[in-house]
Amino acid sequence: MDSDDEGGFNSAASSIELDEEMSSSVDFDSDVELDDYQEDETAFEATAKDLAPRRKAYEVEYRVYSPKDIQAQQDDQVAEVANLLEQPPEATAILLRHVRWNKERLIEQYMDAQEELLDKAGLGQDISKNPPRLQVIDGFCCDICCEDTPGLESFAMNCGHRFCVDCYRQYLVQKIKGEGEAARIKCPGDGCNKIIDAKSLDLLVPTELTERYNELLMRTYVDDKENLKWCPAPNCVYAVECGVKKRDLNKIVPSVHCDCKHAFCFGCTLADHQPCPCVLVKKWLKKCEDDSETANWISANTKECPKCHSTIEKNGGCNHMTCRKCKNEFCWMCMGVWSEHGTSWYNCNRFEEKSGSDARDAQAKSRQSLERYLHYYNRYANHEQSAKLDKDIFHKTEKKMTLLQSSSGMSWIEVQFLEAASQALQQCRQTLKWTYAFAYYLARNNQTAIFEDNQKDLEMAVENLSEMFEKSTDQLAGLKVEMMDKTTYCMRRRVILLDDTAKNLKEQTWEFIVDMV
Amino acid sequence: MAGNKRIMKEFADIQANSPPGCTITLPKEDDLLNWEVTMDGPSDSVYAGGRFKLAVALPKEYPFKPPNVSFKTKIYHPNVSNDERGSMCLGMLRADEWKPPNKIVEVLKLVRAVLAAPQPEDAVEPGIANEYKNERRAFDKNAKEWVSKYAK
Repeated sequence: MDSDDEGGFNSAASSIELDEEMSSSVDFDSDVELDDYQEDETAFEATAKDLAPRRKAYEVEYRVYSPKDIQAQQDDQVAEVANLLEQPPEATAILLRHVRWNKERLIEQYMDAQEELLDKAGLGQDISKNPPRLQVIDGFCCDICCEDTPGLESFAMNCGHRFCVDCYRQYLVQKIKGEGEAARIKCPGDGCNKIIDAKSLDLLVPTELTERYNELLMRTYVDDKENLKWCPAPNCVYAVECGVKKRDLNKIVPSVHCDCKHAFCFGCTLADHQPCPCVLVKKWLKKCEDDSETANWISANTKECPKCHSTIEKNGGCNHMTCRKCKNEFCWMCMGVWSEHGTSWYNCNRFEEKSGSDARDAQAKSRQSLERYLHYYNRYANHEQSAKLDKDIFHKTEKKMTLLQSSSGMSWIEVQFLEAASQALQQCRQTLKWTYAFAYYLARNNQTAIFEDNQKDLEMAVENLSEMFEKSTDQLAGLKVEMMDKTTYCMRRRVILLDDTAKNLKEQTWEFIVDMV
Repeated sequence: MAGNKRIMKEFADIQANSPPGCTITLPKEDDLLNWEVTMDGPSDSVYAGGRFKLAVALPKEYPFKPPNVSFKTKIYHPNVSNDERGSMCLGMLRADEWKPPNKIVEVLKLVRAVLAAPQPEDAVEPGIANEYKNERRAFDKNAKEWVSKYAK
């Protein structure tokens, strides 16, 4: 595969690729260890120091592939292995799919137990001797449709299970279209495990379905490979390759940018959530989703007025309650009418004093943890909301840019600073949002204080830029230089924060209040 | 369509040569897709003496998709769902295991074999499956009770 065909790949850190990486691009199975990043960096520095920015601790190496690239990748691997095993490409493709594209395992198994492997993969004997073809056989009766008209065309793979061409076709259509199967469609024969090969398929199914078949094959190819993932953006056809392994996800947040502009996490395929590791993101989203904290607190600490059913939180020690809404006077302990309490004022004689104070302690504790959660949640939600508004801002930006052009006489290039500012805002808010989820799970120590300083700096930079961004158009032209400075500053603050967080994550020096599983 | 000829042939074959203990009819003569089966409980099983009504519904894609088999008579069995559907989902009745040359006669033989020997590892009713595995006596008693209650 050639590096500059289609422009179908991308790199996180630079537009310059290492040549040796490209020439060996057929094999992506080699482990990319986290520790390699450092080495890569220095190797990089020596050759392209001034041309490319160094890769930061929070950046990972990845590439974006178009469907064409993926097809080519598959074809290359098939050709290579076919050569090695001296098997036709169709059979090799089936074998590779059978072992989920683990080349080394395939070669090993092939050497060890060829017959057994061929059998398991659904390949009987050599298919190159008998290329697939339709046949008319005298006295043939199709076991599926019971048709026996003379001259009926029929087909069988070398397993010998012969059916009329219509039934065979119908069967394949059902599997491909109806059940979305591709890589492992078996012969329709009763109990036969032979897999349909691509050549037989080409012979039998209409072209529009061959496309669907190839699409499905490609899906299984990407799904089978640990280092490949589809971009989750709607209608996006690209796949991303990244060497970060599942076991390393507590040490790094592998954000990748698809060519469709969508930024997502390679680990969990959710939208980019740096600096927060996948496992905390999952916990956080679950927490926010079921909103159980709030509900629990309410149920533990409030009661309903026995008369009007307003929700009441008791904020003092006294059991004599007067509902603010309906003026009902009742006892918090037994919920009975206060007037019936007789002389035992301020002390419901049906309960021990102890339970009352316990309840107060529990309430205070519950209250505190809720407030902590709400502190982080409110800030998280605020940035999320602003990130949504960013979309509107972006559209506004475009309008503003046109306005600015006509009113100030600036060229299109000259007003690009607004677009840059808009994009910086979006990106920084996305980061900020996740810093709050991250911070919620952090234990308090000196490191946390540094983190919070970084967070504060970024937040201030963002709010400053955001404020300026909404100035009227005639003012904007005069603010160009200042705005460009602020944009750069925002992005720099973001890099500082992400870099610091990622470094500590990699070295596993953060302390979390939850288990990282 | 091709399917019709096949279904008619299958129906004729099954009438001429019914599997043991089974009677097959079409409730509506012009509807080849809905078969009704009366199956006697295998004599060496807890269902002996019972007579079960089954519905075999062929999907319009038949034989490229498997038939749906359901017990119309209530039966106490780990592989039959204990609800108004009485459905079964076992072996060749699963879409990914069904092959178009498979025939309904084989399906009925399978069902009868499963009556004689339940498959608790593949159960739709885990409670009944557990009882079958661990408290066979209680299972036998319950199954027989249901036979006399519903299948006589």
